[in-house]
Amino acid sequence: MINFLNYWKVYLAISLTVIILGLVAIWQWGYIYSIDFVGGTNLEYQFSPPVSQGDLESGIISNGIEVIQIEPRSNDRYLMRLAAIDEKKELALRTSLESKLNTTIIVLRSETVGPVIGAETLKKTAVAAAIAIVGILLYIAYAFKNLNFALAAIIALFHDALVVVGLYSILSHFFGAELDTLFVTALLTTMSFSVHDTIVVFDQIRDYRRKFGKGNIEEFANKALTDTMVRSLNNSFTIMFMLLALVLLGGTSIRFFAVTLLIGTITGTYSSPFVATPVAVWLEKVRK
Amino acid sequence: MKYFIYIFVFFSAILILWIDLPRSIPIKFAAFGQSIDIEIKPLVIDIQGTNFRYFKEFKTQLGLDLKGGSHLVFEADTSGTKQSDLEDALNAARDVIERRVNMFGVSEPAVRTVKSGDIYRISVDLPGVYDVAQASALIGQTAQLQFKSQPSEDEKPLESKNPQATESADIGLFNLTKVTDLTGKDVKKATVTFDRQTGQPQVALEFTKEGGKKFAEITKENIQKQVGIFLDDVLISAPTVQQEIKDGNAVISGNFTTDDAKQLAVAINSGALPLSISLVEQRSIGPSLGSVEVQRSITAGVVGLGMVMIFMVAYYGRLGMIANLALIIYGLISFAIFRAVPIVLTLPGVAGFILSIGMAVDSNILIFERIKEEQRKGKSFDIAIRLGFGRAIDAIKDANITTLLVAFILFNPLNWEFLPQFGLVRGFALTLAIGVATSLFTGIVITRRLIQLFYKK
Repeated sequence: MINFLNYWKVYLAISLTVIILGLVAIWQWGYIYSIDFVGGTNLEYQFSPPVSQGDLESGIISNGIEVIQIEPRSNDRYLMRLAAIDEKKELALRTSLESKLNTTIIVLRSETVGPVIGAETLKKTAVAAAIAIVGILLYIAYAFKNLNFALAAIIALFHDALVVVGLYSILSHFFGAELDTLFVTALLTTMSFSVHDTIVVFDQIRDYRRKFGKGNIEEFANKALTDTMVRSLNNSFTIMFMLLALVLLGGTSIRFFAVTLLIGTITGTYSSPFVATPVAVWLEKVRK
Repeated sequence: MKYFIYIFVFFSAILILWIDLPRSIPIKFAAFGQSIDIEIKPLVIDIQGTNFRYFKEFKTQLGLDLKGGSHLVFEADTSGTKQSDLEDALNAARDVIERRVNMFGVSEPAVRTVKSGDIYRISVDLPGVYDVAQASALIGQTAQLQFKSQPSEDEKPLESKNPQATESADIGLFNLTKVTDLTGKDVKKATVTFDRQTGQPQVALEFTKEGGKKFAEITKENIQKQVGIFLDDVLISAPTVQQEIKDGNAVISGNFTTDDAKQLAVAINSGALPLSISLVEQRSIGPSLGSVEVQRSITAGVVGLGMVMIFMVAYYGRLGMIANLALIIYGLISFAIFRAVPIVLTLPGVAGFILSIGMAVDSNILIFERIKEEQRKGKSFDIAIRLGFGRAIDAIKDANITTLLVAFILFNPLNWEFLPQFGLVRGFALTLAIGVATSLFTGIVITRRLIQLFYKK
C-alpha cells in the first residue's frame, strides 16, 4: 500500500498552478469566440488557381465586407471569418473575387449565424450543465448513501471543468482554437468522465467499508487508491490512444474538440485519486 | 435450454453481421463439382401486406456535415399574429415550406419548428443542396396562386411547366395552360366553408373589386369549360364554369379534409407564408469537405482501435485478446444499432462513438483487475471470475449511469426549450449513450461468456 494521501500538498500545488495559469490566460487573452456564439460568417473556399492571402483579403475588403480573420487551410484553401453577410452578398462576393483574382471558386463551407442564437446557446448549455451536476450529485449521494462522497466528486468535477476552460484559453490564444458548441460538448463530456473515474475509486472505498465497517477512512482510501491506480491509468491510456489518433489523423474540424477531450481525460484521471479522494477523506473527518 | 441460447446467439450474430454489411459481397466458388455463385446483399426488409407496406433498408445515414448539404434556420416574425393563432400559423408555415422543399426535389429533407422562449424558428435541413441563395429564395418566396384556363383555338398551346400537375389531373385538364392575369393578389379573403348539400369542406374565395372584374371576365369566356386553380404550380381544383360570376365570390371544392381546406385557406390568405420569416442562420457544407472528414475520422478510428488492442494484449495477455474480441463484438453491435434505428451520424457523433469505445474498454479493464486481485488472494479461477465480476459490476453500473445521465441531458429527448436543441451536440450525446449502453451489455454478458469459453487455467 502506498500512502497517497500523505502528499496532498503536492496535489494541491499542481492543481492550483494549472488552474491559476488557466484563469490568468482567460483574464489576459480571453477566447476567440466562434460564430456559434457571437454571430458572423464562415466561408471556406477552394481556389483554382490558388490565390495569395493578401489578394484575397483586399478583394473581400473592397466588397465592403469586414474581415475578422483569414486562415489558410492548404495552399489553395482558405477559411475566412467575416462579419455576418447574407447569402446574396456571399454570391456577389464570390463572383467579384472570381473576376478580380482570375480564379474559380469552389465553396467548401458557408455558415452564417445571427448573434441572437449564440447568446441563447450559451445560456441553454449552462442550464444543461447545472442540471447534469445536480443529477450527478443526487445519484452519487443515493448510490453511496453518503453526501460527503457526492460533494467530493462534484468538487473534482469543478476542478476538471476549470482546468479545461482555462487551458482552452491558452489553446485559443496560441493556436487559434475557437470557443464553439463542440467545445461546450467536450466540456460536458469531461465532466461526465471525471465523475465516471471518481466513482471507480469511491466504489473501492465503499467495498472496504462494507467489509470492515467504518474503520479508518484514511487507510481505506490509500488502499483503494493503490488498488485502482493501475486500472485508472490503463483505462485513461486506452481513451487517450483513441483521442490521440483523432487529434493527429482526424479531420480538421474536430481537432480542437479532440484536444479538449484529451485534456479532459488527463485531468479527469488525475482528479479522481488526487482531488476527489483527499477531499472526500477530509470531509469525512471534518463533518462527523 | 442451453442449445436454445446457442441457436439464439448464432442467429443474432448472423443478423448483426448482415445489417453491418457495407455492400454486396459476391461469393463464387466451386464445391462438389458445382460452381456456386451467390451475392450477399445488405439486409433489406420489405413486407408487402394487403393494406400496408413495411420497408426498411439498413444504410448508414450521414449527417449534413459529412455528406454535404444546407441547414437553414428562419425566425418567424410573430408581431402581427395573435398569441392563440401562433402555433397554427407556425405549423402552417412549416407545411408550406415542406411542400416547397419537396418540389425542389430534395431527398429526405427535414423541416422542424423550434420554440425558444418567445421566439419561434423553423429549421430546414436540405441534404445535397449546396446553393443556399437558391434554397432560401425558394423557401421564402410568395405562394403563387394562379388561375389557368384552356387556350382558345387561335392561341398556341404552351408547354406545361410542371408535368406533375398535369399527370395528377385528368386528361382533359392537360389543356389548362393559359395563364390568366388573376392571381393571389386579387384574393381579398379565403375562408373554409361547407357545401350545403354534401357537407364537404371547401374554400370560399372573396375577390377584391379588381379581382372580381377579372374573375367575371374569365368565367364569361370559359362557360362550360374548366378553369384550373394552381398553388405553387400544383393543380388544386379545376371546377367547370357554369355561368358568369359577377359578384366576386368563388368556391374551390375538391376532396378536401377540413384540415386540408384550412391549410389551403391559410396559404391563399397570406399570399405567402402565414408568417413572415427571415433567415438567421445558414450553414452549407460542400460534398468534398465532408467526405475528406469521414475518411480521416475512419482512419483515426482504425489506428486508435489498433493501438488500444495492441496495448490490451501487451498488458493483459490472453485476457487482453478476449477483451479485444469483446470490443469487436461491441463495435459490430453498436454499428448495427446505428443502422437499424437509424441514427444520423455527424462528425461529433463519430467522435462520441470513438470515445465510447474507450469507455467500453474500461469495463473490461475493471473486470480483469478485480479477477486478478481475487486470484492473487488465492481463489480458484472459477470463483475469482464470479467474485471479480460481482465486484466490478457495482462500479461499472454507477460509473456508466452518470455518463448516461449526462448524455440524456445533452440529447434533450423531450425537446425542452431550456436545454440545448442543436443537432451537433445531440448527435454526440446519442452515439455516446448508445455506445455506453451497449458496452454495459458486452462488458457484463459477453466478456464473461468469452472468458468461460476461452480462458482456462
